[in-house]
Parts: sequence; structure tokens; C-alpha cells
Amino acid sequence: MSLQDLYLISPQLAMAGLGILVILLDLLTGRKGWLAAAAFIGLAAPLALTGAQLYQLEQSAFLAGLSGGAGPNNLTPVDSILTASLAVDRFGIFFNLLVIAAAALVIPASVDYVRRLTRLTGEFYGLLLLSASGMMLLASATELITIYVALELTTLPLVALAAFLRNTPSGEAGMKFLIIGAISSALTLYGMALIFGYTGSTSLSGIAVSLGQTSTDTGLPFGSYALLVGIALLTVGIAFKLSAVPSHMWVPDVYEGAPTPLVAFLSVASKAVAFALLLRIIYTGFLEVAAEWSLALAALAAISMTLGNLVAITQSNIRRLFGYSTIAQAGYILVGVAAVTQYETLAGGGWNDNPVFGPASVLFYLAAYTAANLTAFFAIIAISRRINSDRIEDYAGMLRRAPFPAVALALSLIALIGAPPTGIFFAKIYVFTAAVQNGLAWLAILGVINSVISAYYYIRIIRVMFLQPPQEQPTAAAETEADSATADTPSPAVRLTEVTMGIAAAATVALGLAPGPLLTAAERAVTALLGLGV
Amino acid sequence: MNAVPGLLSLTVFLPAAGALVILTLLRGYRAIRAFAFAIGLITLLLSLAVFLLFDRSGAAARFQLIDRFDWISSQTLNASYFLGVDGLSAPLVLLTGLLGFCAIIVSWHINLRVKEYFVWLLLLQTAVMGVFTALDFLLFFLFWELELVPMYMLIATWGTGRKEYSAMKFLIFTILGSAFMLVAIIALFLSQPSGSFNMTQLLTPGSMLTGAGAALPLGVIFWLFFAAFAVKLPTWPVHTWLPDAHTDAPTAASVMLAGVMLKMGGYGLLRVNVGMFPGEVTAFAWAIIALGVISVLYGAIVTIRQTDLKRLIANSSVSHMGLVLVGIGSVGTAAGELNAAGLNGAAMQLFTHGTITGLLFVGVGLIYDKAHTRYIPDLGGLAGRMPIAAIALAIAGFASLGLPGLSGFVSEVLVFFGGFRAYPWPTALAVLGIILAAGYILWMLERSLFGPTRERFADLTDAGLLEAVPLALLVISIIVVGVYPAILTEVFNAGIAPMVEIINQGTTAPLGVSR
Repeated sequence: MSLQDLYLISPQLAMAGLGILVILLDLLTGRKGWLAAAAFIGLAAPLALTGAQLYQLEQSAFLAGLSGGAGPNNLTPVDSILTASLAVDRFGIFFNLLVIAAAALVIPASVDYVRRLTRLTGEFYGLLLLSASGMMLLASATELITIYVALELTTLPLVALAAFLRNTPSGEAGMKFLIIGAISSALTLYGMALIFGYTGSTSLSGIAVSLGQTSTDTGLPFGSYALLVGIALLTVGIAFKLSAVPSHMWVPDVYEGAPTPLVAFLSVASKAVAFALLLRIIYTGFLEVAAEWSLALAALAAISMTLGNLVAITQSNIRRLFGYSTIAQAGYILVGVAAVTQYETLAGGGWNDNPVFGPASVLFYLAAYTAANLTAFFAIIAISRRINSDRIEDYAGMLRRAPFPAVALALSLIALIGAPPTGIFFAKIYVFTAAVQNGLAWLAILGVINSVISAYYYIRIIRVMFLQPPQEQPTAAAETEADSATADTPSPAVRLTEVTMGIAAAATVALGLAPGPLLTAAERAVTALLGLGV
Repeated sequence: MNAVPGLLSLTVFLPAAGALVILTLLRGYRAIRAFAFAIGLITLLLSLAVFLLFDRSGAAARFQLIDRFDWISSQTLNASYFLGVDGLSAPLVLLTGLLGFCAIIVSWHINLRVKEYFVWLLLLQTAVMGVFTALDFLLFFLFWELELVPMYMLIATWGTGRKEYSAMKFLIFTILGSAFMLVAIIALFLSQPSGSFNMTQLLTPGSMLTGAGAALPLGVIFWLFFAAFAVKLPTWPVHTWLPDAHTDAPTAASVMLAGVMLKMGGYGLLRVNVGMFPGEVTAFAWAIIALGVISVLYGAIVTIRQTDLKRLIANSSVSHMGLVLVGIGSVGTAAGELNAAGLNGAAMQLFTHGTITGLLFVGVGLIYDKAHTRYIPDLGGLAGRMPIAAIALAIAGFASLGLPGLSGFVSEVLVFFGGFRAYPWPTALAVLGIILAAGYILWMLERSLFGPTRERFADLTDAGLLEAVPLALLVISIIVVGVYPAILTEVFNAGIAPMVEIINQGTTAPLGVSR
């Protein structure tokens, strides 16, 4: 392994190293307060390395542009030992940055929570960062075995974190997560084995070559039973990480029982890279059978959003509600994945045949969803610190009791409906545009109808917070006392949670007012994924 | 080309900016409402400037006062920030400014959560103004959705009766409508060669959509849009949210809801369904006029039975908005023989109904404030105690039933002229609705305002100076338009005439085929 290879994989290595470093620091120092700061500041290392890679890509694209050519999509040289297994392209970098951003928001927001509820501060941040390194690897992996390793590296720390509170709900969450995760990864592995058996390659590009050579006109879905079963198992395994049907059963329990900062991280970063994986598998490896896969994904999308939204209506625990909401959101995003077409070149058809639509809409949605969902969970952290409850009815009168978190939560709920002025407003339009473009108008209509259903339960929370009076009316004296207690001496950690929440909320609105830059970034990332040149 | 760059943007966004200032800087209800008053007044003056600056001569450009820059430019989605007014939207901007100002004044005595109240009210005004002026579909849809949450909050927090139920019903109906619209907008976007949200392009002959290559059949897109606007208008059978929402909303929200937000539906029908789908609208004119006639008659019959003043006015709105559909149905004339009367009438009806119903709601709100009841059998003899309010209410009532010399007459006559040429019998049926209107309006006025003075209303006071301002403004607008309708029809005609021309050029083309 040359130095160049080390450089290619350095962001992932830096993230993993940071995780280990934080755990070691925990052993050495007695002042646990520094650990979060170390973890946060340490994120600069993977960020800088990812930035360097992006800069290199931009520079070579610029230089190639001077001579009228297109820059390289991938920094990995063809003779490297990483060539088959790792792609350092804009697509991977997009998700690396998303994961780093999510970690950089979750770590400060969780300082207060971690301090109060667990004694294992170093382990919490260490495991979080280790999981993040797995996610970054997953976003860049292009070979089945690497993918499997990355999946496990992502999941196992999360399982430990889910059980972190060491009480019954948390233990249940960890156990469910572990068992369903293990089943999913077994299914994934079995699917990979079948695919390898059929195509004779574990690298996605090798699979694409092999599929290109075999005829798929056998009258069977996907051309053969081996591929059909293999893809089905692989999809079920990935659906676990997407929190989509049919592997969604763990979601509500984990969302309800696990530590809230972990759920926040899990709900955005883990989901995002799982979508990255799905896109990469389809576009790099299986474009030959894209049409059939598109139909299967469309069905999963339809079931996910309908099931998630319908069940969410009846929930009374806010974290459980967000569990079903995230299943529904996975459904919306899957609409964009299902909008896949076989394409030859960018200029192959008219403007309407542009294959960038579907995957770019997924990337945009994920980024907008990250901002909105993190806002929501940070608000939940801030609110549950005050009322020590996750029941929605206890949120009554929250606008008076905790105005800032209440407004932020309301904003994120409006975003999750897909209403302006938020990023998901454009994300939904984009995803449904991609669906209509690919002949899935029925799915777009189902999606917008689902948005209507979701408005009912999202708005209900706003109604409870804004319109209902607080449940047990505390005496005026007690209230003033409580107010002054929170107003005069908020611990810096609590304030940190709210500041982070404010940043996430600002990002949500900013994406709703000026979505252009992110849109362009998503398109460029996808162009690299599709191998179309920048 | 643009006489005053930025004027339109300022008019649209001033209320929202005011809301932001109220939210962040102001404290104390006096300061807040005085500031809101100032914002409302300036917005009214700005919207008046927009209306007056609009060049209505035939030679002028169709869209004026344009503010435009690239908003999203990428390989896939392209949208621009694109505001402008034509003859159709300029009067509606004025209407929004006028009713927005009135809504702020009638909210003077709100004492519950004053800050939030004015924030929502001002945001609402920006959203509605935006809908009327946006010329980019993405922007149009954004404004269209932006109006939901403020209205929901206004009804659910400051309303009366079953306010939360009504607010949720309003919300779900409207979102369902806009869901259809979103699919339609996406289909239109994808149906154009280079993918565009530009509305003016789809309004210009020569660059209009042909059936070939459309993402969905043009007829389907047409009906998706129609569904969204029909919910908002509202037309039978999707009108059921309206009586609940109007009745339970606070006075200002009722004024905004009936006065301008229903007009978003009518505006959308004229702008999109008539302006962009000339082939489809003529092909389906029979269905549109049928829905219109049903709405007119059904709304009127239901109205007669009402005993709550607000519910009565709300139901009469269903009837009067049905006339908009009758006017639009006039496009079903023999090919090439369409004249502008029916469409002008529909557009006029939007404006006149806005002022008339706004006045009715202001008057009823005043009565409710003082007498604490809206139940008609409990009222009576108010005219003696509250002469100013009673006169205003009576003028609004007479305008509503179409008394010549008041504004309602003008729009109704135009609608019937247009409708009669195309579909004589259905239009004749719709005229029955006017007779019914005379019935329920006069009966309402008689039972609530006249008759013997009641003992418990002995110490009622009339409208104060401030309360009389919205009454005066609306009465003036009703009389001026009634006496000199050209002040409006000229402007509306500048917007309607190009549409009529397009329809007359190509009504013979079969459905969805290039013209």
C-alpha cells in the first residue's frame, strides 16, 4: 500500500483514529468535559482531508477544462490496490461531508444529554465517531466485501450506543437493533454471495461488465433466479439501514428507547449513507437491470410512505412518532431512487431524458432532511430536559414554557410536511419531478397524497405546543422560579444544545430560500456517480 | 420596460418584513398594533401605486412592473424569482392591499397573544400578494403553500366555536388541492423542451404546450389544476370546508379568507386553466358551467336556511363564487366567437365579491363584538342603535344581491351576458340564484337590523372612528366601481383580451393538439 493509497482512504482513517483517540483520552483524563470538545475539534482532520480530495478533483477538472476536456471522476488511480474497492469521487465526498456535518452538529448538541444520563462519556463519542468512519467508508465503497465490512463497522457501534442508557427501553432497543441488524446483514451477505456466484465478480464495475455480457431476455425478472434472489436479499438488507419497508420493525423501538442524540445521528447519517450505497450499487453495478429494480423500489417506496404515515397518526410518544415519520420519509426518498433509467450519455436524449434527476433529487432530499430532522431531535432533547417526558400531550403550552425549542420544532415539522420556506419543500418537488420524468406519475401522486396525511399528525404536534395550555398549571410562584432558574443560569451545555438547534434550523430555512448551491453540488456528485464527466 | 423596479417586490414583501420586525424587535401591544397599522397602510398605498402605474393602453406590454432574477439555475431544476402584474392581477393586488389594511384595523381589539397574531396576519398578506404576482410556477406554488400555516394558526388560536376542527379541515382540504397542483406543475415543467417554470411562456401563443411529448395528457394536467383551484374557490362539491372555516375564524381572518384567499382559486382558474389550456377549457366548458350553476343554486338554497350571520355570509360566498365558474364557462361559445364579457365578468366578480364580502364580514364582526351574538333570531332593531354599521351592512347586502349602481351588479351582468351566449339554459338557471340572493340578503337585513328595538341592545354603541375606516373604505370602493365600472373593467380587459384572442384563434383544434 503506497502513500497515495493511504491518502485516498485518509478521511475514513482519520475519523476512525479520532474515535480511538477519544476513547484513549477518556482513560487518561478525569475531566470528561473536554472529551466532547476533543471529538468536535478533531473532526477538523477528516474534514480537511476530504476537503483536500475535493480540491484536487476541482483542480484537475479545471485544468482539464482549459484544454477542453472533462476532469477525472475518481481520484483512485487504475493501478492502485484500492481501484476496485474504493471510489474517491464527488459522490463519495458529498456523503463524507454530510456525515461529518451531522457529527459536528450532534456532538455539541449532545454534551448536556451525555453528561446527565451516562457515565461513559468517552465511549459515547468514541463509538459515534467509529460508526461515522464506517459510514464514510460505505459512501465510497465499490466492492461487495468492502461494502459488507463498512456496513458492519457502521452498525455495531450504533447497537452498543442504542443500549447505552442501560435501562429497560434502551436495552430493548439495543437488543432489537442487534437481532434485526444481524438478520439483515446475514441476508445481505447471502445476497452478495448469490450475486458473486452469478456474475463472478465482487466489484461493482466487474458485475456491470458481467451483466452486460449475459443476455437478460430470459423472461424472468432480472434475467435469472440467482440474480432475482440475490438482489431481493441485498435490498432487504439495505432496507434495514434505510429504515424502509420491509426491514423497518426496529425503527419505532430504537427511536423510543435509545439515547436521543444517537437517534438523531442514526436518523440522518446512517440513512443517508445507506441511500448512497443503494445508488452506487444500482448505478455502478446493476444499470443493466435498472428497469426491474426501479419497479421493485417503487413498490417499497409506496408501502414505506403509506405505512409510516398511517401508523404515525396514532402515536402518542413523540420519539415513536418520529420513528414512523422516518419510515415515511425513507419512502419519499426511495421515490427518487426508483426514478432510475438506463442511459447511454448525458446528451443521449432530450433534456427530459436527463438521467441526473432521480439520484440528484435523492442527494438533495437527504441533505435537506438532515437539517430538518436534526433540528427536530435537538428540540426534542431541549424540551425533554425541561419536562422529562416524551409524551406529545405533555408538550402542551410549550410555546410559553420553552419558546425557542418549540418554534424550532414547529419549523422542522413544517419542513417535514414539505411546506415552504424550507429545504424539503424543494426536495419533495424535486423527487416527485424525477418520478414523473421516469414514468412514475402514480408514485408522485401517491407521494403528494401521503404528504397530506403527514400534515395531519405533524400539525397536531404544533397545535399541542402552540394552542393548548400547559397540562398541570404550575403555581405562578413556581413558574417564575422555574423561569428564572432557566433564564438566569442556563448551563453552557444546555445553551450549546439550543445554539446547535438554531444552526440546524437556520440551515433548514436557508435551503428553502436558496437551494441553488446544494442543488448544483448534488448534480455534480451524481454526474460523477453516473460516470458522465463533470 | 419596468417603470419602477422593485416596487412589486416591496409591495409583496413589506408585510413579511413587518412581521419579522414585530417578532424580533417590538414589545407591548400598543407598539405592535401601531406598527402593523403603519405597515398595512403603506402596503395599501404601494398596491394602489401598482394599480395606478399599470399601463392599461393596448400598446403596453402584457406583463408590467417586472422584477426578475435567476433563483435556481442548475442542470435539472431552473426557476427564477419572477414577479409581474398584468390586467388580471393588478386589481387583485389592490384588493389584497385594501383588505389587508382593513383586516389589521378590525383586529384592533385583539388582546390574546397580540404579537403572534399580527405576525401571522402580515405573513398571510405576503403569501396572498405573492400568489397574485408570481410568474414562475415554483414561486407561485411556494406562495400558495406559504399561506397555509398562518391561516391555520389564525383560525385555530383566535377563532370561536369548533375552531381547531375547522382549522384542520381547512388545512387538509387546501393541502389536498395543492397536492394535485404540484403534480400538474411538475408535469408542465417536464413537458417543455428545456424544462421551465416560466408562466408567461405558457401564456404566449406559439410557445404553448402541444399534446405531443407532454409528461401527462394535457386534459389530465388541466383537471389537476382545476381540482386545486376548485377547492380554493370553492365550488360544489369541495366547498364543505368553507362554512366551517369562515364561521369559526376571527373577523380579520374571515375578511382575508373570503376577501382574497378565495380569489386565489378564481385567479388560478383564469390564469392557468383559461390562459394556458385554451383547447381544454373550451372542450370542458360544459362541465365548468355545470359545476358553476350547481354551486350558485346549491349555495343559495343552503344560505336561506342559515341562522348564524357569519355562516350565512359564508354560504352565500359559495353561491357567488359559482358565478365565477359560470363566467368562465362562457368560453364554450361557437368557435371563434368568444367575446370578453364572461371572462371579464368572472374577473370582476373576484374583485367585487372581495370588497362586498369583506364589508359584510367587517360589519358582522362589529355587531358580534358589541351584541355578542350572531344568531339572527336573537338580533333585531340594531339599525337604531348602530346606524353606521347598519348602513354599511345594508350597502354590502344590496351590492351582494346585485343592485344596479353598486359593484356587484356590474360583474353579475357581465357574467350572465357571457354565459348566456354559450349556454342559455344553464345560465338562466344560475340567474335564479340571484333571485334567491335577494331573498336571503333582504331577509337577513330585516331580521337582524330592523324591526323593534330590543331591550338588551339599549346600550349598544355604534362604530367608533377607527372602526368606521374599513367600512368607509369598502363602501367607497363598492360605490365607485358600481357607478364607474370602467375604472376596473379597462384594467381587467387588458389581462383578459389576450386570452380571448388565443381561444378564438384555436378553438377548432382537437383536444391536446398543437395549435
